[in-house]
Formats: sequence, C-alpha cells, structure tokens
Amino acid sequence: MIDILLSLLILTGAIFTLIGSLGLARLRDFYTRLHGPTKATTLGVGCLLIASAVHFSVREEGVSLHEVLVTLFLFITAPVSAHLLAKAALHLKVKSLAALPAQDTSTAPDPALQRDPAD
Amino acid sequence: MMLETVIPIAYALVALAFLLSFWRLIQGPDAPDRILALDTLYVNTIALLVLLGIHLGSAIYFEAALLIAMMGFVGTVALCKYLLRGDIIE
Amino acid sequence: MRRLLPHPLLSLSLALLWLLLVNEFSAGALVLGALLGWLIPFATSRFWPERIRIRHTGVLLRFLGVFFIDIVRGSFLVAWLILKGPKRLRPAFVEVPLALKTDLAIGLLANTISLTPGTVSANLSADKRTLIVHTLDTGDAAALVAEIKQRYETPLKQVFEEENA
Repeated sequence: MIDILLSLLILTGAIFTLIGSLGLARLRDFYTRLHGPTKATTLGVGCLLIASAVHFSVREEGVSLHEVLVTLFLFITAPVSAHLLAKAALHLKVKSLAALPAQDTSTAPDPALQRDPAD
Repeated sequence: MMLETVIPIAYALVALAFLLSFWRLIQGPDAPDRILALDTLYVNTIALLVLLGIHLGSAIYFEAALLIAMMGFVGTVALCKYLLRGDIIE
Repeated sequence: MRRLLPHPLLSLSLALLWLLLVNEFSAGALVLGALLGWLIPFATSRFWPERIRIRHTGVLLRFLGVFFIDIVRGSFLVAWLILKGPKRLRPAFVEVPLALKTDLAIGLLANTISLTPGTVSANLSADKRTLIVHTLDTGDAAALVAEIKQRYETPLKQVFEEENA
C-alpha cells in the first residue's frame, strides 16, 4: 500500500519536474518561460520530498520530517526568485510576446544606475 | 518491488529535465533566460538528490539537497541583483 | 516582557525550524531550539521594528487552505498549458491596484500570486500602489484582477491590516 503511494508520488514528482523544464525549453518568450520552473518544477520537487519523508518515516524508526524544511524553503524562495527575474527582465526590456507595461519611471532615479561605468 | 521499477523511470525523467534546462542555458538568448535555466538546474539537482536518497536508503543526501537549495536561491538573487543594479553589494 | 521576548511568533517558528533541522524530538533539541528561538530575535530585534499581529485566525486558516489547493491547481494548469503548446497562449501583463499597505502583506500577496494559477508577479511600483502581474493565458484581464483581489487580497488585508478586530 505504502509502496503504491510512494511510487505514485515519485512518478508525479518526476513528471512535473520534466514538464517544468519542458516549458523552459519550449515556450517562446522569457516571461512565459518563467511560469514552468516556478510552478510545475516546485510542485514536482515538493512531491519527491514528501515521498522521501514518507519513505524514511516508514523504513526507519521515528518520523522523518526534515524534508518538510526543504519543501517549505522551495515554496518560499521560488516566487521570490521568479519575481526578481521578471523585474530584471523588465528592467533590461527583454522582448516579450505580450505588450510590455508602461515603464515605471519611479525606478529610474537609482543612484547605482547613474554611476559612471568608467569608475 | 514496485519502487525498484519506478525509481529508474523517475531518474530518466529528471535526466531529461536536466538536458532541457541545459539546452536553455546554452541557447539563451538573454541573461535572464540563462539565470532562470541555472535556477531550474538547481531545483532539478535537488530532485535528483532526493531520488538518490530514496534509492540508496540514505538520509545523508538530504543535507546536500538543503545546501543546494540555499546556495541556489542566494546565487539567483545575487545574479538578478547584478542585472538590476550593476552591483551586488551596495 | 516586550523587551525580553520581542517577537513570540518568530521565536516559535525558529524553535520549530530547529527541531525540523535536527530531525529529532528530544529534550536536548527542544532546549537548544527554545534557546535559539529566544536568542536570535533578541539579538536581531533592530531588523524587525514592527511586531506582527495576526487577527482572524479562522480567515488565515481558510486562506491557507485556498492557497494550498491553488498551488496544486496552478501547477496542473501550467503543466497543461505547456503541453498544449506555445502557439495557443495569450500572455499579458496586468496591473493590479493594491489596497494593502504594509510590506509584509504586499510581499505575501506577491508570493501567493506567483504560486497560484497562471500568474507571476513581476514588478511593484515604487509608490507600492500597483503590482504588475504577468499571466500565461488570459482572456479577461479585469476578471483576473477581481479574482486576485477577492480571493487573496481581502483575506490578507483582514489578517494583517485590520486595526480593530
């Protein structure tokens, strides 16, 4: 019974991981590519980690919960890196299939950007 | 046993995911694309390590997965910050 | 009390984090976890000027439930859209006007948006009034904004910002 559950979790996890990377390779502009790795891959690895937690809790004495830590960490950090990547891409005006939003002028007066590249 | 057959399949799927991400890393075309590909590679590595841990029945791989998760995140943030500001530590 | 234990919630989560990290529930781990949970917020209290208050625990729990369902739903949707092929996608940037004021609530909303169906938060305007969101496949932008506001923003506002609960 546990074996079936574990196999199911592992297969779902691996398939979602693959689909995330497939999206990264297949879609046509940066902003759409961002969606695959942030959602599908995160859930895929989450499934694998849960499978690992179940596996070690059953096989060995005592509950193994530290996989939850990595899962939580991934679910907290994935949207943060996606947001930063999107922000960086908007800043660099990476080409997009959708119309780019009106440039946010408020981010322009950034002292770090106005520094002379020579110094 | 069922796990014995499922785990090699999962290895193959994750390996394919590696190849696809790697292709995007080489292909580009822009810097954010490459950073995203690197970030995906980190997460794929975690998947592979977790699978190895289940396969070999050893919890040691978990520590490596945790470290890669942290370092991967910090690396991605540092690279994005570099693209945004031209500087990492201000 | 306030000086000695500035952030009880942070202390609790740090202690829990420590227990998960050592992966055992023993007296020694518990004591060390409690010590770290007290010491770290105490030593870094200058970084956390505001104390987090959670109101409406019921709303928070229901929000968490919706959040977890939407993570799964979102992943399936994105997987389906990826498999269907890039030609049929209708990506768009959508501006979401924010009713939230505090940094914590805005950050949580941005993270929630990124993990839930078809959307990634892309940029926050400098005056913290609008959030630019990229959607993978959208027909009706106004409906999407309304859904985000009703589904995620309203509960977050109730939990973190309502003054007299």
